[in-house]
Amino acid sequence: MAAVPASAVEARVPVVEVLSADKVYANGTRALNPVELAIWPGEFVTLLGPSGCGKSTLLKMIANLIAPSEGRLLWWRHGFERVGEAGKQLVMVFQDATLMPWARVQANARLPLDLRKINRVAANSRVEEALALVGLTGFERHYPRQLSGGMQMRASIARALVTDPNLLLMDEPFGALDEITRNRLDADLIQLWWKKKLTVVFVTHSIYEAVFLSTRVIVMAARPGRVLAEVTIDEPHPRTDAFRVTQKFAAYAKQLSEHLAKASSLGGEQL
Amino acid sequence: MRWAAPVAVGLIAIVVWHTLVKAFNVPHYLVPSPALVVQTLIADWGLLFGSLLVTLKITFGAFFMAVLVGTVVAFLFVQSRWVEVSFFPYAVLLQVTPIVAIAPLIIIWVRNPTAALLVCATIVALFPIISNTTLGLRSVNPALIDLFRMNKASRWQTLMRLRIPSAAPYFFGGLRISSGLALIGAVVAEFVAGTGGTSAGLAYQILQAGFSINIPRLFAALFLITVTGVALFLLMVFLSKLALGSWHESEVKQEA
Repeated sequence: MAAVPASAVEARVPVVEVLSADKVYANGTRALNPVELAIWPGEFVTLLGPSGCGKSTLLKMIANLIAPSEGRLLWWRHGFERVGEAGKQLVMVFQDATLMPWARVQANARLPLDLRKINRVAANSRVEEALALVGLTGFERHYPRQLSGGMQMRASIARALVTDPNLLLMDEPFGALDEITRNRLDADLIQLWWKKKLTVVFVTHSIYEAVFLSTRVIVMAARPGRVLAEVTIDEPHPRTDAFRVTQKFAAYAKQLSEHLAKASSLGGEQL
Repeated sequence: MRWAAPVAVGLIAIVVWHTLVKAFNVPHYLVPSPALVVQTLIADWGLLFGSLLVTLKITFGAFFMAVLVGTVVAFLFVQSRWVEVSFFPYAVLLQVTPIVAIAPLIIIWVRNPTAALLVCATIVALFPIISNTTLGLRSVNPALIDLFRMNKASRWQTLMRLRIPSAAPYFFGGLRISSGLALIGAVVAEFVAGTGGTSAGLAYQILQAGFSINIPRLFAALFLITVTGVALFLLMVFLSKLALGSWHESEVKQEA
């Protein structure tokens, strides 16, 4: 089993266990070598790597959107059929905001509750709470096209939060945003994670984003997609933007980019 | 501006038409002046209005049938790729076969003349509904489908909350094309049936006016068909705006 950060070693149940899961597509392309990974409650784990390293594939396996070719995954020590029960809520935030353009922000955020047939009044009050958490109070009646890219992403996160998830999966959620907006959202996200005691698995190809957000970074490489290294980011929470300009931040960024550079210098060789 | 420009072009065209007819002394059995067409429209209103109602009845009936049948077929198509692959070529076949070629057959087979006209016009109007609605029901953001799956949405929920709203812009595009085709189908079918002397729609009036060289009445009937077509189109634009106006790019005014 993968190394577990000291802070998370307790007699607790891992949120997700990836047990020798790999992915080979029908045409023989190997998207991902077998991965061993455990995600512990309260962690913020980032999957970092270049395009084609299988980080999104791994995330989608954790979301049960694609099945591994070999190996298996467990959620809270059980199969996926138990996910959705109390205390086992799993949600995903996608690359684009993926809001329904015909629905207002409120209806978009309420969707997971509507699909669970939850009473409209109760649902609306939870939506209101979630929108307040992401700073979108007052935009309930807006249509997605009336919001900026960053605000659309906030609405998407609000939609993820309404079910009170234990595990939040994020697939390069801020990749399409400008750097200033991205930093703002990163800072707000880390506050949210801290406040709500979430477990997050986050996919990115930005080294700085990975250092800033994570308790643990899984460094991945391409051709074939595989896990290279794990780096624990030992910086207390809650973190603020001040962390970005510290020596420690720079040292971690250097360490991660060295791992990535080493992998690309080996590029082309089949390991 | 959006209204004034085309209206001005129309007025100028009418003035030029009137001036040319007067200047060259064109006989009214070749090209009547606009004033004479309006006079005929008023004088023959009883006859023409009755025919207009007949044509409208066929047009709206066929349009309604096309929307109903076309939507049902589209829903069947998206249930399975095999159904679509197996039956889509025949929908195309129906579309490319000229209606004038099969109308006589339909008029013989379907004894009730109104029903025969309805069938002909429906065949003409059907295809855009099928193809647009099918395309629309398939054009769903795949990430939204994943989201629905992760929330364990039922097939029915996915259909009602995701597929139908996603298909709406395509469906309304289909309506616009199909409404015009329903009118064309109705007129063409009347022409074919009219030679058998069984109908009294606007097309029949045009045929009769042609035989008796009553060109002003021919123009008046033609005018009514055109106005009907434009009115149908505007009605569809209005419906589309009503349904999509608040959210879809095609209907939302661009902020400058």
